[in-house]
Amino acid sequence: MENMVNVYLFGKKYVVPEGLTIMTAMEYAGYDLVRGCGCRNGFCGACATIYRIHGKQEIHACLACQTEVQEGMYVATLPFFPLVKQIYNIEEIKPTEQIMMQLYPEIYACIGCNACTKACTQELNVMQYIAYAQRGEYEKCAEESFDCVMCGVCSSRCPAGISHPQVAMLARRLNGKYLAPDCGHLEDRVKEIKDGTFEELIENLMQKPIDEIKELYNTREIEK
Amino acid sequence: MYKIEKFNELAKIVAEKRAANADLEPRRMTAEEKDNLLATFHPDYKQEEFTVLSAGVNKGDKVPTQLAELLQGKSRISAADVDLTAPDYDTDVLIIGGGGAGASAAIEADEAGVKAIIVTKLRIGDANTMMAEGGIQAADKPNDSPAIHYIDAFGGGHFAAKPELVKNLVTKAPEAIQWLNKLGVEFDKEADGTMVTTHGGGTSRKRMHAAKDYTGAEIMRTLRDEVLNRGIPVIDFTAAVEIILDENGKASGAVLMNMETKELLVARAKTVIIATGGAGRLHYQGFPTSNHYGATADGLILGYRVGARLLYADTLQYHPTGTGYPEQIFGALVTEKVRSLGAKLVNIDGEVFMHPLETRDVTAASIIRECTERDKGIETSLGNAVWLDTPMIEYKHGEGTIEKRIPAMMRMFGKYGIDIRKEPILVYPTLHYQNGGLNISADCSTDVENLYAAGEVAGGIHGRNRLMGNSLLDVIVFGRDAGMNAAAKAKETAVPEKLTLEHIEKFNSELANAGIASETASPMLLPKYARKA
Repeated sequence: MENMVNVYLFGKKYVVPEGLTIMTAMEYAGYDLVRGCGCRNGFCGACATIYRIHGKQEIHACLACQTEVQEGMYVATLPFFPLVKQIYNIEEIKPTEQIMMQLYPEIYACIGCNACTKACTQELNVMQYIAYAQRGEYEKCAEESFDCVMCGVCSSRCPAGISHPQVAMLARRLNGKYLAPDCGHLEDRVKEIKDGTFEELIENLMQKPIDEIKELYNTREIEK
Repeated sequence: MYKIEKFNELAKIVAEKRAANADLEPRRMTAEEKDNLLATFHPDYKQEEFTVLSAGVNKGDKVPTQLAELLQGKSRISAADVDLTAPDYDTDVLIIGGGGAGASAAIEADEAGVKAIIVTKLRIGDANTMMAEGGIQAADKPNDSPAIHYIDAFGGGHFAAKPELVKNLVTKAPEAIQWLNKLGVEFDKEADGTMVTTHGGGTSRKRMHAAKDYTGAEIMRTLRDEVLNRGIPVIDFTAAVEIILDENGKASGAVLMNMETKELLVARAKTVIIATGGAGRLHYQGFPTSNHYGATADGLILGYRVGARLLYADTLQYHPTGTGYPEQIFGALVTEKVRSLGAKLVNIDGEVFMHPLETRDVTAASIIRECTERDKGIETSLGNAVWLDTPMIEYKHGEGTIEKRIPAMMRMFGKYGIDIRKEPILVYPTLHYQNGGLNISADCSTDVENLYAAGEVAGGIHGRNRLMGNSLLDVIVFGRDAGMNAAAKAKETAVPEKLTLEHIEKFNSELANAGIASETASPMLLPKYARKA
């Protein structure tokens, strides 16, 4: 007999084998998941979950697909959280300090409670990246927020009503488009292709008998 | 540390041999060795796992048994269930699927000035694109060219790909990277803007572009943000369950089903793009999968029922390095980038048993051989596995490399107490990718007029094996092309007058005549993981 633990899904008790994740424990309990289940690998943020261990004060947040069940775990999933996403035209905005002021002015109402950071399911320093955003330091904001899966737990805990993942999303796009250095070899290659530089070469390859192209493939030089 | 002491002991052997193994440059296999290895150990060659289709346009072809059951399954609706004369949605281009290909198609259709909507059975971005970790290929460096990329992709796919599709893939790759970069995708770059690129299995040049090991996530979240900025309608938690045709057999919309309320809805469109992704959740041959929860081959079923032919539906990609342990993340992807960065595959004796960057099919077959015939695997609670010596990365490139380049991997194993900077990890092949799919032409059109396909659901781009980094590339290149071409076609197409679902009954009769009528509801939509007492 496997070791079993008691978990409370939305308050209802189920006995499940230890070692299961919260997500697989729900399935073990008989749930057919539609909401709150996405990539099942910790990348999509669909399965944000809040839990508390019986008898303990602290509230924890996690991704259900990445977290093992524990004895006495009270679980509530958060399959959707109403984040505010502002609409903008990436071609028209510029990476100035004003753009955050314009689109997400509530970030300046941050009271520094750090609840966002404590709640982050990816263990990011959320309050710090918001501070970078406040100061218009988008490169730093982008780097600090990079692993964000936009699950929204930070925002659920924020007394100032900030939609942290959307602020970070804007910062990353500004950084990727405007602040990161342009890539010369990429621009050159796109131009060469437009000029038809490789057209004949590739047309030739497409016409080649299979034996010839096999020979080319099997003897090709591989960069060290 | 591993919770199981045996693994800590065995890992010591790997550590002892690390210095010598790091210096080793293992020999590449010859073409003949590879052919023999594949024929003996690759799952695609297990004939008993396939079924020959008895109905539909691919009658006589073999496909994985689980897929055959769905292709020859029963529609979730009959024509009488919906009123086709009063559509709930009316659009120029209907895009089924909210992953990388669907989002790219939507952006381009919108750019072309037509009305596009996305329907997706979960949320936009709930897709394999989001989970692609390692990178995206493009021949944009001076020592590389689209022609070299062509040879790598065509050869890696065993010379079976459609040349005109490979041409599009490689020649439109640099522009795809540029397009993403201009949307704000953050690629790893040097201070002067030079792209940081690495090898993938089977590449002859270092052309793998990345955004750490969140490459797909970074691309997907940016595309999603752009779709929302453009105000393109996204109908989420709504699956397509049948394609609708007009009286001339042209695709004209789809019947949709709300995943929560089960309400049926009708979407009418001038052109339709199927961008539903792959099939990992069918767990072919009992393999675990690295795929998204929704990867259930729906698009293949939708297309097949209205007469769109499948190409290479019998070839699947088993990613060589799925997680072998711990159980909680069994089958989860360990990105190929781990090997690109220098980690080698090692058996129970600490021996490097192959070159770590052979193509995926060859590498997977080699790991299976190590764990079966050669009996050099490490036994876990779920089967055998081999070591992937991750600490070798920092041994070669210095401390901090893992946190900087593969943070997602460090986090995934860290949650189970395994520090991949100090301890090697256990891996075994996992079902990863559908190499084939709906047959498409160079313009992404299927065999059914006004029906397009893009992304993993499409077949022919990768032949019988796909290289790392060519799938993220294909969803962007062909997603964009499908969006542009479906938009152009929509502009010259009138609103379809008479919608029909006659194909359902026709297909049912064909199944009945073949004596294979089944009760399996199809498309599957979501896997059944709930334990029913």
